[in-house]
Amino acid sequence: MHLITPDHYRQMLASLAPATVPSRRNFIKGLAAAGGALVIGVHFQAGKAFAATAAGGPAAAPMPNAFVRIAPDSTVTVLIKHLDMGQGVTTGLATIVAEELDADWSQMRAAFAPANPQLYNNLAFGPIQGTGGSTSTANSWEQLRKAGAAARQMLIAAAAQEWGVPASSITIAKGVLTSGTRTGSFGAFAEAAAKLPVPAEVTLKDPKDFTLIGTKLPRLDSAAKTDGTAIYALDIRRPGMLTAVVRRPDRFGATLKSFDASAAKKVPGVVEVVAVPSGVAVLATNTWAAMQGREALTDIVWDESGAEMRGTAELTEEYRALAKTPGKPAARRGDAVKGLAGAAKTVEAEFAFPYLAHAPMEPLNCVIEKTAEGVTITTGSQFQTIEQGVTASILGLKPEQVKIETVWAGGSFGRRANIPADYIAEAATILKATDGRAPVHLVWTREDDIKGGFYRPMFLHTVRAGVTADGKIAGWEQRIVGQSFIIDTPFEAFMVKEGVDGTSVEGASDTNYAIGNFAVDLHTPKVKVPTLWWRSVGHTHTAHVVEVMIDELAHAAGRDPVEFRLELLTDKPRHTAVLKLLAEKAKWGPKAGPGKGRGIALHESFNSVVGSVIDVSVVNGQIKVERVICAVDCGIAINPDVVAAQIEGGVGFGLGAALHDEITLDKGVVEQANFDTYIPLRMSEMPKVEVHILPSANAPTGIGEPGVPGVAPALSNAIFDATGQRLRSLPFRLEDFKA
Amino acid sequence: MKFTLNGTERTIEADGDMPLLWAVRDIVGLTGTKFGCGAALCGACTVHVDGAPVRSCQTSLADVEGKSVTTIEGVGGEVGTAVVAAWRKLDVVQCGYCQSGQIMSAIGLLSENRKPTDEDIDAAMDGNVCRCATYQRIRAAIHDAASNLA
Repeated sequence: MHLITPDHYRQMLASLAPATVPSRRNFIKGLAAAGGALVIGVHFQAGKAFAATAAGGPAAAPMPNAFVRIAPDSTVTVLIKHLDMGQGVTTGLATIVAEELDADWSQMRAAFAPANPQLYNNLAFGPIQGTGGSTSTANSWEQLRKAGAAARQMLIAAAAQEWGVPASSITIAKGVLTSGTRTGSFGAFAEAAAKLPVPAEVTLKDPKDFTLIGTKLPRLDSAAKTDGTAIYALDIRRPGMLTAVVRRPDRFGATLKSFDASAAKKVPGVVEVVAVPSGVAVLATNTWAAMQGREALTDIVWDESGAEMRGTAELTEEYRALAKTPGKPAARRGDAVKGLAGAAKTVEAEFAFPYLAHAPMEPLNCVIEKTAEGVTITTGSQFQTIEQGVTASILGLKPEQVKIETVWAGGSFGRRANIPADYIAEAATILKATDGRAPVHLVWTREDDIKGGFYRPMFLHTVRAGVTADGKIAGWEQRIVGQSFIIDTPFEAFMVKEGVDGTSVEGASDTNYAIGNFAVDLHTPKVKVPTLWWRSVGHTHTAHVVEVMIDELAHAAGRDPVEFRLELLTDKPRHTAVLKLLAEKAKWGPKAGPGKGRGIALHESFNSVVGSVIDVSVVNGQIKVERVICAVDCGIAINPDVVAAQIEGGVGFGLGAALHDEITLDKGVVEQANFDTYIPLRMSEMPKVEVHILPSANAPTGIGEPGVPGVAPALSNAIFDATGQRLRSLPFRLEDFKA
Repeated sequence: MKFTLNGTERTIEADGDMPLLWAVRDIVGLTGTKFGCGAALCGACTVHVDGAPVRSCQTSLADVEGKSVTTIEGVGGEVGTAVVAAWRKLDVVQCGYCQSGQIMSAIGLLSENRKPTDEDIDAAMDGNVCRCATYQRIRAAIHDAASNLA
């Protein structure tokens, strides 16, 4: 399965400016915990031709910098350096520019920026263009404010020259420049402004003067996504394009030995069948023919000598055995063992988490085609710089010869931010195996996606924690066991510290609760199942363990779960404020009554703090999730409605994992294949979600992921409240649970 | 194979076994109808055949011979217009990939039942998966569209 060796990355990273490789600290902050961005500054392209054309963007003049184009018709196009996979970043980033530019929302447009790590790198990732860690808004905030303010200043300067008035006499409101009785549109001055020097210094607005930020502006993508015109990678068509599907082995780590393509080649529409490192690729003139051709392959023999043969049961036993031994220290404070010796009550618990597929609605796919300069890839690209480097290394090109056109992505949840760029690399190997004769559209089916690996790793946690006679936490000892998807990649240098992968322990080792005697250990077993970040990464499991255990300790101490938490957060004003807002909005108080339950969780991830209260009821012995109330501190909410949508969606995504999602293996073979066995959350299971945003004057922090982590623990705590039964391991499988 | 697609009669030279989904996307070139699972488990490929929602990945070209097929590109009429307007008003979409199918299912529901209850919505929409979990807004948009229908 691993097409790409670490050497490919090293070549790729070496091709980037070495002086700008991020420090480990910044990289960890960027990818694992977001925020605290390494500010490199805005790359204004004053007076230079802006050669690249973004997908769907107008081929207008490069006015006035790399992020803002103002056309003669007064439309303002914001170049979006991030992937929009549903999180609404096109709307949010365009709002930042519109605010500083004093544009009218109706004149704003967005276009995906071309792949260019010099212009469009994620400031939280260093020299890499990419989207992840809920950093898109946070890293763009200052950059786009400056870009918008510069464009505004240049329009004013152009108008001042034209009108012969001092710049100070000109104001802009809703996209109209005014001086005395004169008025003008952006378009009227766009050309003149483009010829002016880009200001070295710009003055940013005082947030109290914001008129667009903080309001519910309509999304820029609603129209195209409701009339069938939004173009995703699956919708790309090129002259002579062939669609490729690949037969891959059933076991991870197996390789192709031999196959018979004679029957497949007889399927009408099938053009070519080639062996590639990942399996057998069948290329056809349409998708259906390619699928039929793949079905017709015979006598496929795989070499399984290097394959993963263990199943979920064996791995669970191995993880359990590992958890009985000390691991690498991820956190140490005080003396956990000694503290626990003095506990009046002790809770010991095990939490198991399965592998999880991301299963974005758009099955993975991309188009790759040979061009005069190299190749062009069209896809919902999330890690442009990585994909350029990996593709270049496969095809013997320079990274800049790999052009990437980013299009709307039908979901990702982390799947497209792939360190080995797996499906992009696979497409490149198919193009190579067919000598680039035709553009190749690689399409994965749903079964390919569910069975294809790059899962959230399986994890197993054990915790021993206790409270003193006066209701304080006496000690906390936690062991975490799970694979790393960072070790053995070039990211290891930035993200692994003394053998501890930060993405495995984030949310636990750095808990905000003031626990004096505290120890977290990590075991990192090697398994050949490819794994990856999954919406909210380590927090998907650490938040659950911490928030359930805190609830268990509160009950052991006979304390109210909110008061118990507040006492542990006295030096954390943001967490305290979110928890108090949540308690107020949820009317936290005495028990709801028979047949009802409510649970709470509070967690920080990606520099945002989210509190969740879940109300459940027991109906005919079954648990029903009735309502979820969330309180959020994500700094300034650029668009509160988009923030709410991300929390609503995050709740649904987290609930799917709490109730159903699970990838299991039998002797190395994945047992799920499609949405009948890998069960998604559906309409009838979606609770009412209420979102309350804490007013803030601070810079924006993450919002795409932070809604997810609190869902499973708040639900576990609610079920305990309703039934006295404690559910710890995921998924809960409530259909089998008798309340 | 002859059928009517979005009001226009079409003749397609293809095997009658080919799923309507792939005929519409790869042969006709209308890409608003999406491939999500290929097994009628997600509803992303929902289109209307003679006015009723069907999963086009499990409907063969032969099945629609002589019939009238409507895809997201052909949405119109009182109900279709109300549904699309409600989707936009409430900014339902996130990634948007499933929304063509969601909208086709919602139009199917409201064409039969102008005042659906939450239970009616659950029953009509449970076959349409949204991994972004926009369900709360889909529900609200269906109620909003219903309120604008006579």
